[in-house]
Amino acid sequence: MEQTIRKAPLQCRVNGQQVEMLVKPWQTLLEVLRDELRLTGTKEGCSNGNCGACTVIIDGQAVDSCLTLGLEADGHEVTTIEGLANGAELHPVQQAFMENGALQCGFCTPGFIMSTKAFLDKHPKPTETELRTGIAGNLCRCTGYDKIIKAIMSITEK
Amino acid sequence: MATVQDRKYVGQSVEKVDALERVTGRAQYGADLYMSGMLHAKALRSPYAHARIKNIDTSKAEQVEGVKAVITHKDLPVPSDTATSFGGELMIALKDLQRLTMAHDKALFDGHTVAVVAATSPDVAEQAASLIQVEYEPLPPVGDVVSAMDDSAALLHEDLFTKTLGDPPTKASNVATYLEDGRGDMEQAWKDSDVVVEDTYDTLMVHQGYLEPQACVARVDGDGTVNIWTSNQGTYNVQRQLSALLDLPQDKMIVTPMEIGGGFGGKIYTILEPLAILLSKKSGGAPVKMVMDRNEVFRGTGPGSPAHLTVKVGAKNDGTITGCYVRMVYDAGAFPGSPIAGATVVSFGPYKCENMRLEAYDVVTNKPRVQAYRAPGGTPVGFAVETVMDMVAEKVGMDPLQFRKHNAVVEGDLMTNNRPLNSIGLTEMLDEIEKHPCWTSTLEGPNRGRGLAIGFWLGATLTSSSVIMVHADGTVTVTTGQVDLTGIRTTMKQMTAEELQIPIEDVNVRVVDTNSAPYTDLSAGSRSTWTQSIAIQRAAESAISQMKAHAAEQLKVEPEDVEYADRRFWVREDPEQAMGWFDVARNSVRRGNGPVCGEGSVTRVQSAPTFGANVADVEVDPGTGKVKLLRYTCFQDVGCAINPVQVEGQIQGGAVQGIGWSLYEYYHYDEKGVMRNPSLLDYRMPTALDLPMIDTVLIEKPASEGPYGARGVGEVPIVPPPGAIANAIYQATGVRMNKLPMTPENVFWALKDNGNGK
Repeated sequence: MEQTIRKAPLQCRVNGQQVEMLVKPWQTLLEVLRDELRLTGTKEGCSNGNCGACTVIIDGQAVDSCLTLGLEADGHEVTTIEGLANGAELHPVQQAFMENGALQCGFCTPGFIMSTKAFLDKHPKPTETELRTGIAGNLCRCTGYDKIIKAIMSITEK
Repeated sequence: MATVQDRKYVGQSVEKVDALERVTGRAQYGADLYMSGMLHAKALRSPYAHARIKNIDTSKAEQVEGVKAVITHKDLPVPSDTATSFGGELMIALKDLQRLTMAHDKALFDGHTVAVVAATSPDVAEQAASLIQVEYEPLPPVGDVVSAMDDSAALLHEDLFTKTLGDPPTKASNVATYLEDGRGDMEQAWKDSDVVVEDTYDTLMVHQGYLEPQACVARVDGDGTVNIWTSNQGTYNVQRQLSALLDLPQDKMIVTPMEIGGGFGGKIYTILEPLAILLSKKSGGAPVKMVMDRNEVFRGTGPGSPAHLTVKVGAKNDGTITGCYVRMVYDAGAFPGSPIAGATVVSFGPYKCENMRLEAYDVVTNKPRVQAYRAPGGTPVGFAVETVMDMVAEKVGMDPLQFRKHNAVVEGDLMTNNRPLNSIGLTEMLDEIEKHPCWTSTLEGPNRGRGLAIGFWLGATLTSSSVIMVHADGTVTVTTGQVDLTGIRTTMKQMTAEELQIPIEDVNVRVVDTNSAPYTDLSAGSRSTWTQSIAIQRAAESAISQMKAHAAEQLKVEPEDVEYADRRFWVREDPEQAMGWFDVARNSVRRGNGPVCGEGSVTRVQSAPTFGANVADVEVDPGTGKVKLLRYTCFQDVGCAINPVQVEGQIQGGAVQGIGWSLYEYYHYDEKGVMRNPSLLDYRMPTALDLPMIDTVLIEKPASEGPYGARGVGEVPIVPPPGAIANAIYQATGVRMNKLPMTPENVFWALKDNGNGK
């Protein structure tokens, strides 16, 4: 029961800021980000690691924050969609999604952009199949992926 | 009005006005609201598909620390007028909506809400909900429409008598409605046919699969005003439903739209909203947030309707269709209201035929009550009809495209409802296919095939309105209650700038709450952009005429003597006497009739029918039955693409939903009527890896009405995919598919049953 389990300390960096807080041991990183830090750009689509809407980057690695406990981020560097732009200057992936009509309802967009960023950091020149494999963990129901693929290819072909 | 060539903004792929908010994570969806003192609600759902509820004991849940309110069906007011029905895309009666909101004497599907708890945290609410004791008496579940229609089937509703034009039935049944329509002489039609093809088809329940689960926040103020923030396709339909369900006047029922993370027809009826409001009321007015998880989205919302269909088509040896017959049985889920009307219109919509007979049944089963899903009703019947048409073409020895060209409807031909078609671009679209490399190129390699299917959607019209306000500095705000489901803010901005002839940067479109803008119907039925094109045109005309009156006063002439173009007002007889847009705007706030505010509404317009077609190249693995898409091309008559990139996106997204429906997606129910795959792992939606690029070809044959001849574009793309893919599978294997989805397993067995095909 909630009352009988103590909260535990969490220290990590989120979008470049040091965060120190107490969290419930069963709270997912997604819940910590949204409910505690009010970083609501990271979305909850399935709570099950199937849709990728909650993707954030921990130490350069894209993870489903719904499958990660908040406490697992202890000592690590977490980047969310809110931390991707450099002030008013958008990250190239954000820019490419905007310019290519790669978003419609936009609910999958933050997770998609984070997955894409982590993927391109490791594979800057993917083939179309490699790219499709790289982002296959992110579901989009509006676009049919076509314009997302084109948006990402517009960066890699630069 | 500007000619096509002169248009500055309409026809341009203007970037979505909300794109920046969405790529930076700042866009606020239903679950993104947090309020001081906010409670969290969680539902207890029936684990049975069909069960009598004998008792609900909430006492243990109420004792949990942090629990502020618990509700069951007893907390729902009894509606004063149960005869009311709500439109949307599918009708639902108020008494059914009430029983759908929370189970009363019976739980009617796996996932039916039985009780709801509001507590200080989601964890506490969930834990408390699990402590509610419900005494169920399980009843035999009614799993599909065929068994539902059997005389021995259990009844979902003892008071359900089939609505029909024939003699009223004396016995209750699971058939809510039986419709028939048609024309001509069927007996003669079959006699006149050289070939006749008849076959039966089945599809399963599917989900719209919007990525954003249903979410809302409700707060009841001290004076009884109810505020609800929700991601729904129409705020006014939510307002009307909540007013009726909860017996509240509409002036005290304020619905504010949040950004909506996909709807596709599935976010039209209230689901969580009445629960959150009742909990807020019961807890003394605390804001109550209610968010579904994905399991609840599958089990507790309104999916797309499955169907059981028989299609029979006859033709002469020259390819002329002589007779068309369809029997459609659509599954409504737990309460009446499956999409038989849409299915009837789609069925033989693209085909010219003097002899037709259509029979449609709306049947209830122990599944979630369906909601609309993109061209509701169209995809199952499209699958059946397009497969049969392909078979007829083959029997008469005609190429599938030539067969369709030979029988295609043109303006003036009758639809299935016996009304004539206005301007349509089906012929132009078929001509485009004939020239396109996706059709003319040769497809080489074993186990490969190419399929074609066409689809029809009539689209809804309903009521739309917008208000254009000209500020004192000449910039413009458009306010509307039209929910931005698919980019309406962007297209409305384009259209307003076009009509007012002002720079697009000077226009800002705001989608506001129900009590801040005139009534507007929901964003559904492929209606938003094209009906708003008329509303905006009218609002702009009104705003310009008010501006002219102000200019006339300054120029000391009569308003009818003033001309306007490109931000300049001048006297017709003396063009040197002129004023600029900004000067008129500045003066307007202090003179004459005061601030400029143009209202534009549209209530009854002609439909703008849409046709689409898909050409699919597939490769079938004969060992596993897996179907791989090699190439996919979508053709569509869009009338006028107001924003081509957004139009392409709609078509691609719709086609891919149709591909998912064709190949992967279905509700897997066990014999007890319990859904076995309520997750996005087991309910398999297409990923980027499953698909080729989706090519689009836009045909622009102007619609009969509206300033640009635009047509609705959102829905028809989901109609052709299963037919196109099934016909391609046939070309690849020699085997016809009669069931959706065409999973590897289903294709494998179909190949086995047919001696491994050709």
